[in-house]
Amino acid sequence: MSSRLPQEGSRINREKTVDFRFNGKNLKGFYGDTVASALLANNEMFVARSFKYHRPRGLFSAGEEEPNALMGIGEGPSFEPNIRATEVKLRQNMNVASQNHWPSLRFDFLSINNVFSRFFAAGFYYKTFMWPRAAWKYLFEPMIRRASGLGNAPSEYDEEYYEHIYHHTDVLIIGGGLAGITAAKALRDRGLSIMLCEKDCVIGGRYLEDSKIEERDRYKKFHEKSIGILKKSKDISVKLNTTVTGIFDHGFVLAYEENQHSNKASKKALWKIRAKTMILCTGAIERPIVFPDNDLPGIMLAASVRDYMQKYGVLLGDRLVLTTNNDYAYKTVIELKHRGIDIPVVLDARDSSDNPIIKEAEGLGIRILFGKCIGRVEGKRKASAIGICSVNGEGTIEELIPCNAIAVSGGWTPNVNLWSHCGGKLLWDGECGFYKPDPENTPTGREGETNMLALGACAGVFSNYDIQDHVPRKINQLASRLKIKSKRYIETNVFSKESEKKTKPVFALPHGASKDKQKRMYIDFQNDVKVSDLQLAVQEGFENVEHAKRYTTLGMATDQGKTSNINGIHVLSQSLGKPVDKIGHTTFRPPYKPIPLGLIAGQYAKKLFKPVRKTPIDKWNLLNNAIWEPVADWRRAYAYPKGNEGLEETLSREVLSVRKNVGLLDSSTLGKILVKGPDAGRFLDLIYTNMISTLKAGKCRYGLMCNEAGFVFDDGVVARLNDQSFLCHTTSGGADRVYAWLEEWLQTEWHHLKVFIVNLTEQYSQIAVAGPKSRELLQTFKSIDLSAEKLPFMNFIETNIDDIWVRIYRISFSGELSYELAVNSNQAEELWNKLNKVGKKYKLQPYGTEALHILRAEKGFIVVGDETDGTVTPHDLGMEWIVSKKKKDFIGKKAFSLPHLNSSIRKQLVGILTLDTNKVLPDGCHAVEDGKAIGHVTSTYFSPTLKRSIALGLIENGRSRKGSTLEFEISSKESIFAKIVDPNFYDPEGAKQDG
Amino acid sequence: MLNIYCPICQRDCDETELSCGGQAHLIRRDHASSDKDFYEYLYERKNGKGIIFERWRHVYGCGKWFHTARCTLTNQVFGSYSAKEVQPPKSILATIRRSRVDFKGWVK
Ligand SMILES: [Zn+2]
Repeated sequence: MSSRLPQEGSRINREKTVDFRFNGKNLKGFYGDTVASALLANNEMFVARSFKYHRPRGLFSAGEEEPNALMGIGEGPSFEPNIRATEVKLRQNMNVASQNHWPSLRFDFLSINNVFSRFFAAGFYYKTFMWPRAAWKYLFEPMIRRASGLGNAPSEYDEEYYEHIYHHTDVLIIGGGLAGITAAKALRDRGLSIMLCEKDCVIGGRYLEDSKIEERDRYKKFHEKSIGILKKSKDISVKLNTTVTGIFDHGFVLAYEENQHSNKASKKALWKIRAKTMILCTGAIERPIVFPDNDLPGIMLAASVRDYMQKYGVLLGDRLVLTTNNDYAYKTVIELKHRGIDIPVVLDARDSSDNPIIKEAEGLGIRILFGKCIGRVEGKRKASAIGICSVNGEGTIEELIPCNAIAVSGGWTPNVNLWSHCGGKLLWDGECGFYKPDPENTPTGREGETNMLALGACAGVFSNYDIQDHVPRKINQLASRLKIKSKRYIETNVFSKESEKKTKPVFALPHGASKDKQKRMYIDFQNDVKVSDLQLAVQEGFENVEHAKRYTTLGMATDQGKTSNINGIHVLSQSLGKPVDKIGHTTFRPPYKPIPLGLIAGQYAKKLFKPVRKTPIDKWNLLNNAIWEPVADWRRAYAYPKGNEGLEETLSREVLSVRKNVGLLDSSTLGKILVKGPDAGRFLDLIYTNMISTLKAGKCRYGLMCNEAGFVFDDGVVARLNDQSFLCHTTSGGADRVYAWLEEWLQTEWHHLKVFIVNLTEQYSQIAVAGPKSRELLQTFKSIDLSAEKLPFMNFIETNIDDIWVRIYRISFSGELSYELAVNSNQAEELWNKLNKVGKKYKLQPYGTEALHILRAEKGFIVVGDETDGTVTPHDLGMEWIVSKKKKDFIGKKAFSLPHLNSSIRKQLVGILTLDTNKVLPDGCHAVEDGKAIGHVTSTYFSPTLKRSIALGLIENGRSRKGSTLEFEISSKESIFAKIVDPNFYDPEGAKQDG
Repeated sequence: MLNIYCPICQRDCDETELSCGGQAHLIRRDHASSDKDFYEYLYERKNGKGIIFERWRHVYGCGKWFHTARCTLTNQVFGSYSAKEVQPPKSILATIRRSRVDFKGWVK
């Protein structure tokens, strides 16, 4: 049973109790507790079920390496799943819930997976893919869906406050243990900006907790002095609660700050740091020894047992057994013994040790057995006894020792993840049994320079004495290499020299564990990967470490294998009979610590996620019941329904008002690009397929752009404003693309031309006045003369309507007499309102984009993106008239001469009239001939003007099929038959456009 | 995230300000070229491991195109230069040679 000691706990304030709930139970903790320490203080040892077999699991550590205790924390909008209980501070009224069980933690229906575990061995998912389809549909999928995944996704909108912060620094120190603190002190006063990120809420790492009683005061004094120096130094900024979680190219670093100080909801920030040099001081993580039944609640890493006691005053149990292979782990049992805790036995896998700490433990009356380890653990939901066995052999139990807690330590693994994120290579240290950073193959920066230095335990230097000795030396070397203000930094070593013998690495014990035992020896707790799974993977041929990892899912859970990687590699090496350095390691990838999705979005959520572009007439559109249609980033009015109108009635009214009277369209989104300069005409001749330079000032010309492959890219009307200026109109969605396209050609190919390009899309708004009564309407403004002689088709004039400057183009996208009025955007709304007011007399109706599309389809005008898809040539569209034969060069000219672009089997644009005039073809549906698709519908509408369905389409050799009937398959059961015609359904002579 | 020097703004830019335009120093083939040359101009791109010459546009900055030399293995950048250059300048090639002794020079 775990419990709280009556005193002790450097992190907690016993005066302030904190109420919280765990799985609905009301519990109390202290201010400063983590969720994990508070749970242990309340004797909650069984806190989770494993991912695959739903086995009971307890807290295994006190830090970020925790594989088991993932919790759902909070409620409603502040709910967050998969939070490590060891990393989150307890808050008043916090709601904590365990995960991965149904219906409850104690009675988990799915722990039946445990019974059937032999069916779920390595590669289960891959193997079941080969089972019959029905087994997947009715058996596996429903079961896996219920059982898989970790926590539940939040059901409400996340109300947490997330922030992105940008920061530049000369030096980033990652980790505030002894190495990090010493590095910061050594770097100060050299004119550098220094940032130190520490994941914990205090700096200092482990050296205070690790000190002996007689050393403690000396270390404390040293610690306080160091903190004083860091606080005083203006060039050092220390960020607590900030985990560096990813290292990227050119010294770009992501750090995750979680400010848990207040009792209110926490603030979370994503730091985007650009660091010239990084100093890695991430320390090491204690590694377990793998033994049979090692996943039961009550088993914990040795240093974590001590952390809970020293920091939170919490005891894992009052009868504790230690299994280890190193001297350092004895600190735990010595500290426990000093507090009167019963230590029935220490099992040491080594043959012997002459370290004085062994004598010290023996002096306290602790029984130490060398060459022994754990062969079995008794207990169903909690460890209750261990069976001792010899490290060699299959694990025959020699003696059974009752206990309620087991501490385990297999040595320490340098925390090298961040070293590997951006190119750093690792070296296998066979003597110590771990990977450490290779100083010859470091991460590099933009100029190819070494930009990371590893110091302290993460570089394989463990003792405090050695760290304080080597860090200043390394920093002095760094300073001279970087040619920064160098003053030698020297520090008197306050730490006692420890005689630390290298520990013989052991990973899984007993060495000859029987098959049955191997099935109960867990390497990766979070993903339930056992020794037997790795062996199966090897047996089935997954010998490469990357393959074995994916096949067994070793190290692929949210803890990224922090406690399991090295043990897994070792077991793999044994199964393959190959040395570990020949096995290699899997790649460490960001994030080191999981980041909430909301943090990645940061403040760019809701309205800021993708800002909507609005036209100056948007407010009017909104007030007049517009249905919206997104067009690129714009929102445009799709239609303006009135009263109880159905959509069809609305569209019919809008279209017919243009055909019979006059309509008004907000076409402000049209792209407008000004091309100006002495060579503007020459440049545009190269861009468009047709001749632009011959256009006279005051006139317009429709132009088509293709890419070099000969495919249509964009289209629009070009107006020549004066000798040196052209205003090129583009499609609404294409404005930015076309602008970038023009700049690219101008800057990179034809940079000798004297041309400037400006995108004026938002500077001008545009309003179309279309319909037989448009001229009459506009003439009511006394100032302008729009007679056919004064303003012929494809001409424009600049004038004023009342006080508003306008450029009036006589162009038409509907086939009717039509004008488009360009106006400075700040006066667009005013002009729109004026036109509406005057228009009443002419029964003017505003119309939206859908009516616009119907009107143009009735005329057979193409829309880039509907009739074209990046594989359509002007020839395919029946527009060869727009491809100049005279011009020497333009983009696409070469392609048009290639035989396959002129082949008769290419799809060509045609009009389509269904035999049943009321049946409208579905958009995109295919024409079929002899069981083969020979083309598809590109635009399809019910035409209110013609009172029948019309469509445009691209059909193989379509122009020669005119008059024939084709089958359009709309489902496997239904077809619609339609006649192929000319793609111009209304006023083919073009008489209407003159009014 | 790469950090690249814009020679027009004369400052370092984060990759998020830039847009990559692929291989630099392509020669445009017009209507008078052979079909083979035209095909290569349209579709054939180097995909080398090691030093490459590529185009970038400072799209959320000055809007200008420029070229860089970069190592695809380490992302080391050897300098930026004008998009008007038809081949990498000598100074860039010298910088590359200083850190890559086996560099064979720019190949068209
Ligand atoms: Zn720039």
